[in-house]
Amino acid sequence: MSARELILAGTDGDRGWRLDNYLARGGYSALKKVVGERIPPENIIAELKASVLRGRGGAGFPTGLKWSFMPRSFPGDKYLACNSDEGEPGTFKDRDILRYNPHTVIEGMAIAAYAMGATRGYNYIHGEIFEIYERFEEALAEARAAGLIGSNILGSDFSFELFAHHGYGAYICGEETALLESIEGKKGQPRFKPPFPASYGLYGKPTTINNTETFASVPFIINMGGEGFLELGKPNNGGTKLFSVSGHVNRPGNYEIEMGTPFAELLEMAGGMRGGRKLKGVIPGGSSAPVVPADIMMDCTMDYDSISKAGSMLGSGAVIVMDETTCMVKALERLSYFYFEESCGQCTPCREGTGWLYRVVHRIEHGLGRPDDLDLLNSVTGNIMGRTICALGDAASMPVQSFVKHFGDEFLYHIENKKCLVPPEVQYEGSQIYVSPKC
Amino acid sequence: MDTTKEQAMLSQEALQQIDREVAKYPAGRQQSAVMAALRIAQVEKGWLSRETIAYVAEYLDMPAVAAYEVASFYNMYDLEPVGRHKITVCTNLPCALSGGVHAADYLKEKLGIGFNETTADGKYTLKEGECMGACGDAPVLLVNNHHMCSWMTKEKIDQMLADLESK
Repeated sequence: MSARELILAGTDGDRGWRLDNYLARGGYSALKKVVGERIPPENIIAELKASVLRGRGGAGFPTGLKWSFMPRSFPGDKYLACNSDEGEPGTFKDRDILRYNPHTVIEGMAIAAYAMGATRGYNYIHGEIFEIYERFEEALAEARAAGLIGSNILGSDFSFELFAHHGYGAYICGEETALLESIEGKKGQPRFKPPFPASYGLYGKPTTINNTETFASVPFIINMGGEGFLELGKPNNGGTKLFSVSGHVNRPGNYEIEMGTPFAELLEMAGGMRGGRKLKGVIPGGSSAPVVPADIMMDCTMDYDSISKAGSMLGSGAVIVMDETTCMVKALERLSYFYFEESCGQCTPCREGTGWLYRVVHRIEHGLGRPDDLDLLNSVTGNIMGRTICALGDAASMPVQSFVKHFGDEFLYHIENKKCLVPPEVQYEGSQIYVSPKC
Repeated sequence: MDTTKEQAMLSQEALQQIDREVAKYPAGRQQSAVMAALRIAQVEKGWLSRETIAYVAEYLDMPAVAAYEVASFYNMYDLEPVGRHKITVCTNLPCALSGGVHAADYLKEKLGIGFNETTADGKYTLKEGECMGACGDAPVLLVNNHHMCSWMTKEKIDQMLADLESK
C-alpha cells in the first residue's frame, strides 16, 4: 500500500514550486515535445481520449471528448479557462496543486491551448486562497520570462497568453458558465446551456473549461502516453487522482493514488479513524455527493464506477469521513445551510427550495420537527431536481435525500424525542460539531 | 468636487494596480477587471462605500449599478465598515468535524463579540465563512480576506491575536 504520485511527485512543499525546481523534475518536457515535434493537435486529443482522463472537478466528463468539441476552423480568439474555484466543502486538492506545482498547470494549459488552437487562457482561482493566487501570478511571470507562455512559445509560431483571475467568495462560480460570467466582470449566475461554452463561451467565443487537476494531468499523459496513464488506474477510470481526506481521521490531507485503490487503504493512509472510533458514514466526492454508510463504503474502491455503484459520486474526490459520534441531522443541517447561503437566486426552485430544506432540517435538529417532515424534505428535493439552470439545485438535494435515506432512523428519533440520538457531550468531544443548547 | 466623491477617489498606486489588472483582458473588456479593482479599492479604503464602487465603475467605464451588483454578490467584499482586522472562520461541515466551531466559539469568547459584530475599539470584526477550500488544515480562518491561518488551536489563536494586536 502506498501513494502513486504523478502531480505531487517530487514536489517539496513550499520550497519546490519554482520554475527551476519544476525543470529539474523534468517539467515542460511535454510542452517542448509537442511544440518541437509539431505534433498534430488531433494526435494530442487522441492521446487524451486513450488515457480516459475524466474531468477532475466533479462531473467526470471525458477530457479528450470535451476538447474535441472545440471548433477547429473558428476565425479569431478561442479561450481556455482553468477552474480553480475550489469551494465544494471537503475539496482542497487544487490549492495544493497550485501551491506545490503551479507550473504543471501552466504546462497543461499550454498543451491544451496548442491542441485546441486557443489563444488566451485564464486561471480562475478561489478568492479565499489569495496567497495561492499571488504565487500563481509569480509562476506565470517565470514562465513568461522563459518563453514558455506568451508569443512564439519556445521559438515556434505557437502563441498563448495566460493570466490569473481571482474570485471573491461565491461557491457558484465553480459552475463553468458562472465562472465565465465572473471573468466577464459580472455576478456569477450560470447561463442556460445550450449553447455550450465550446460554441459560445467567454466573450461569446469558443471556450473550454477544465479543472486544475485535469490540466495538471495533461503533461504526464503526453510523456507516458495515453495507454500508460490509463494503465495506472483501471478501465474507464484512467490514471492517478488526488483525494482530499477530511473529517474524523488522524491525518487529514491530500493523497494521490491510483484510481481503483480500495477505500480502506486510503483511510489507512490518512492515519485511520481519529481516536480509534468507528466509521459511521462517508461523503465520498464533496458535499454534493450522496452520503454512503460505513459498511457499503468499506467495500468500495476509489474510482468513478465503484462509487457510482454504491449510489454516490466520486465528484471532486473530496472524502469527508464521519465517525459514530456524529449527529447526522446536525451534519446535514450545516450542509443545507451552505447551499441556502450559496444559491445564486436565479432559479426559483433552488432559491426558495434551499431555504425550505435548511429550515426544515434546522427545525428537526432543534426539536421542532413534525411527523411529516421527512416526506416534506423528499417532496422539496423532488421539486428542485432537474428544474434549475445549473447543478446547484441537484447538489443541494442529493445530500438531503441520501441522509434521509440512510440515516432516516436518526431523523425520526429527533422528531419523536426532540433530541439527538447521539448524546450532546459525546458529540462535543468526538464529532466536534456545534451542540446547540436546545438539543 | 464634493467631499464624498473626493473621499471615494483612489491613490495613484491603487490605480496603477488596477491598470495592471485591466491589461490582462482583451481591449474593450476592462469590465473583467472589476473584481480585482474592487478588491484593490477595498484594501485601500477598508470597505466599499457606494461612492467608492461608483468611482471604480467610472474608472472602468461601466455602469455603477453593474459594479454594485458584483460587490454585493461576492461575499468577501464589505459593503459596511469593518474593524481593522476582519477574521473569518470557516464553520462548514469538514472544518466543523475538526474543531472549526470550537475555534469560532473561542474567538467569540476572547473578543467578546458574536458573528457580524465589531469590537467596541474598532479593532476586530468576526465573520462566519463558507468553505475556503482548505479543509485538511481545519480549523481554518482568514485574516483580512487574504491571509489564511491553518490548524487554529486555542494556542495558535492566542498567538495570532497577539500578533494582530501590535499591528
